Amino acid sequence: MKVDHPQAVYEAPIDFSAHTMTEINRVIGLFPEGKQKSAILSILHLVQDEFGWVSVGAMNRVAQILGIEPIEVYEVATFYTMFHLDPVGKNVLEVCRTGPCQLVGSDDLIAYIEEKLNIKVGETTKDGLFTLKTVECLGACGYGPMLMCKYQFYERLTKEKVNEMLDAMRAASKS
Amino acid sequence: MARKLLIEHAEVPGIAAYDVYRKHGGYASVEKALKTMSPDEIVEEVKKSGLRGRGGAGFPTGMKWSFLAKPEGIERHLVCNADESEPGTFKDRYLMEKLPHLLIEGMITSSYALGARRSYIYIRGEFMYILRILEKAIAEAYANGMLGKNILGSGYDLDLVVTPGGGAYICGEETALLESLEGKRGNPRMKPPFPAVKGLWGNPTVVNNVESIAAVVPIVNEGGEAYAAIGIERSTGTKLISASGNLVRPGVYEIDLGLSVEEFIYGDDYCRGIPNGKKLKACVPGGSSVPILPHYLVTKTAAGTDRLMTYESLADGGFATGSMLGSGGFIVFDEDQCIVRNTWNFARFYAHESCGQCSPCREGTGWMEKVLYRLEHGQGTLEDISLLEEINKKIEGNTICPLGDAAAWPVAAAIRHFRDEFEWHVKAPQEAQTRNYGLIQAPLEA
Repeated sequence: MKVDHPQAVYEAPIDFSAHTMTEINRVIGLFPEGKQKSAILSILHLVQDEFGWVSVGAMNRVAQILGIEPIEVYEVATFYTMFHLDPVGKNVLEVCRTGPCQLVGSDDLIAYIEEKLNIKVGETTKDGLFTLKTVECLGACGYGPMLMCKYQFYERLTKEKVNEMLDAMRAASKS
Repeated sequence: MARKLLIEHAEVPGIAAYDVYRKHGGYASVEKALKTMSPDEIVEEVKKSGLRGRGGAGFPTGMKWSFLAKPEGIERHLVCNADESEPGTFKDRYLMEKLPHLLIEGMITSSYALGARRSYIYIRGEFMYILRILEKAIAEAYANGMLGKNILGSGYDLDLVVTPGGGAYICGEETALLESLEGKRGNPRMKPPFPAVKGLWGNPTVVNNVESIAAVVPIVNEGGEAYAAIGIERSTGTKLISASGNLVRPGVYEIDLGLSVEEFIYGDDYCRGIPNGKKLKACVPGGSSVPILPHYLVTKTAAGTDRLMTYESLADGGFATGSMLGSGGFIVFDEDQCIVRNTWNFARFYAHESCGQCSPCREGTGWMEKVLYRLEHGQGTLEDISLLEEINKKIEGNTICPLGDAAAWPVAAAIRHFRDEFEWHVKAPQEAQTRNYGLIQAPLEA
């Protein structure tokens, strides 16, 4: 259960890109007539893909699209931990810290990334490139320590691999 | 090396593509089922196979199927639970990533057996890249007439959809999964009614784990009896084991149930032992929810017989000296690992993942996490250990879903077997910060 809450302030619904709307209509179409709400998690993923996070304005727009009350979107978005309800850096590094990864060095991995980026868990670098988070089990237990960024798994991480990964992400963000 | 019924072709180049999968015998079970078998005959074969749910509970799949209500004019569903999130478990990920068509084939054959015409795969949101692999494979299956209207001219129609979760362990519980699939928070439902009577959108629904559904393919192809011939007692067939922790070769292995634990940990075909010449300290054999076993109860039971990879043998001795096969999430600890730290880690996991619906779980998991944090960080007292046992009793059996039990069992087992190590953390807090307790002594023979 997540403890974040959408701000109790009204925000006007925001518009999504044409691409996001096409995808939203596709995922809604996967479910039978009258069961469109089943697409809500897919839609929240799509919204996060476009903006990097899920704002109250975005949730209000999702409610309009699905024809449901805004609270029905808030209560879902706050329950599922993958959705960022505050702005985050361009690359969100989500390091698995659960048992099997801890047995093979996730504590050291987290400390190394903190040192390397000069931020603590939960913080974003000043240049806005990286946010560091810890998450619970990502289902990669045999390949730890590991982290996920943009749905991609980086596994059996060593200091060298982390350096390479960060450099590649920096380069990709410039282009 | 044992034969593999599920992942034999997993490393064949291009096997994720329909044509390659088909060339390696793929979709034979769909042809056999739709052209030569009635739905009830398939259910019979699955019953004969002795297949037990591979997600963790181990409930007989054929029996679960036979409970499905079939009222006239009401739609039924098969939902695949691909929300693999039990710490230590990553077998379904491997299966779906490598062999997406095996899961789809199992979904078609199983949906036909259950009379479902709209089936769903609910996959954890973090596996988005596998969702894409499955989407592609589903599109191929439609294009080749394996999904959609009138499959293989049988008159049977099936639509299959894959949809993501959003990062909630609780959605691996079947009723929470159904809530989530309906677009809601993943709060488990009270049972009864069971999903077999009122499931997705109130319709009769069967929820099965990825591996269970995949196992239907060899069962239909070779017959339930052939499947039941593998294994020991009520542990039939093969099982995917996810091996993690301090092992030379962690990874996913398909074993014949009945393999010895000794062979699995140390054998050349399997994990090849513990790295750096370290000793085995403990093992959690079935995912983080099952009781931890100290080194002297891992390869032998308390009675001194060889411990086997079966539902029965791993549970031998009950919770006093046994554990469970669970999801097959096999986590190995070497002598340098701290049991208090690991117990705290798992307690934190459950506190984080409790849906918050039932007070004993919501409050109890939080308490356990805090008390274990104290113990691990040298601020605990001996009373804290009894307090943990008290909280445990108040959670276990008092919640709607098994997450409460899953949170309580590992803590209870850790204290049961490693009490000395917990007490040492209280009595020598400074020392406990600087070195590891090491191996626990086996109790002296009476």
